[in-house]
Amino acid sequence: MGDSQYSFSLTTFSPSGKLVQIEHALTAVGSGQTSLGIKASNGVVIATEKKLPSILVDEASVQKIQHLTPNIGTVYSGMGPDFRVLVRKSRKQAEQYLRLYKEPIPVTQLVRETATVMQEFTQSGGVRPFGVSLLVAGYDDKGPQLYQVDPSGSYFSWKASAMGKNVSNAKTFLEKRYTEDMELDDAIHTAILTLKEGFEGEISSKNIEIGKIGADKIFRVLTPAEIDDYLAEVE
Amino acid sequence: MQIFEYNGSAVVAMVGKNCFAIASDRRLGVQLQTIATDFQRISKIHDHLFIGLSGLATDVQTLYQRLVFRHKLYQLREERDMKPETFASLVSAILYEKRFGPYLCQPVIAGLGDDNKPFICTMDSIGAKELAKDFVVSGTASESLYGACEAMFKPDMEAEELFETISQALLSSVDRDCLSGWGGHVYVVTPDEIKEKILKGRMD
Repeated sequence: MGDSQYSFSLTTFSPSGKLVQIEHALTAVGSGQTSLGIKASNGVVIATEKKLPSILVDEASVQKIQHLTPNIGTVYSGMGPDFRVLVRKSRKQAEQYLRLYKEPIPVTQLVRETATVMQEFTQSGGVRPFGVSLLVAGYDDKGPQLYQVDPSGSYFSWKASAMGKNVSNAKTFLEKRYTEDMELDDAIHTAILTLKEGFEGEISSKNIEIGKIGADKIFRVLTPAEIDDYLAEVE
Repeated sequence: MQIFEYNGSAVVAMVGKNCFAIASDRRLGVQLQTIATDFQRISKIHDHLFIGLSGLATDVQTLYQRLVFRHKLYQLREERDMKPETFASLVSAILYEKRFGPYLCQPVIAGLGDDNKPFICTMDSIGAKELAKDFVVSGTASESLYGACEAMFKPDMEAEELFETISQALLSSVDRDCLSGWGGHVYVVTPDEIKEKILKGRMD
């Protein structure tokens, strides 16, 4: 991480005690496409806008929601390439844990290790912080869990959360709509409605992505056909 | 001079009904000379997980220290005890790390897993796991132990009967091995308690 010429950190404290680079990274996240997650009583759903720069882009080739393990998935707001790097590192950490203990990694442990990587990039020579916030959704022995990880490396467990452009409206909407005993299907409907709130243009299965995990502990990205069904139910 | 027979050892673990027993001899020798008669070969990792290590005594002690270290860190990070199967995978990985300069030990791992189901396994000095449903043995007295256990073992024994069986198997086997013996150390573990007993056998 940085050769001898850049063995000093580019992320340094300002006189007011802030790490300005991290603030800027959070701004980058805040101008990214909206994504959100909701933890239901029997599962977790994560969703994101998928606004492509042009109609010529093959939308089937773009997948913003990714698996980290069979029972943990993630979505981001911010810079796509930074997300790819984090997904790669997290997958490797999950596999290393599995190889060592022959047991799937608990969600909290994977989140912590990913957050540690993000923190390292705020305190190493010659690198910049990641320009993404992640929402990690998983289901393990402790039940359904939803975590947000920020560029600083801090992570929080949420019942429901949103990130990106429309974050304040989305969070207000979620605060009103969230109930403790919500089931997974209700959560998916709520997620769609929340995305709709700040959506520019017509929402359809081609410009949003939804991932869910239920008590079966298998994380799945919904197909466009399934999204269409949920959209129809919401109308 | 065989390195695995330098110190002498006997370790055995048996499965019972919702319980397990793990036992070892107590002799520490330097080839033919007996140095100590109270050597600890079995160690507790947590209340439902024990590991017995046979083989070279220095590696027994060092390996035990390393494993306790790893388990304590795991407990702090994950806020839970390690499951026996997970621990066995960890031990196997640690042993294989030293594939070309191994720890000269053969571990015997015994624990109560989920739903208090007993779990035992053994492995060779480079981490090849061997799971068993009834008993596992290790050490210089292993051949006698195999015979004694095979003859005396019954499935689904309760704690008292298991204790008797494992004690008899251990004592009769170490009597046929000049490098192990000088008494026995038995742990019988049920979901609620750990019973530890010292056996008095032939003191030779």
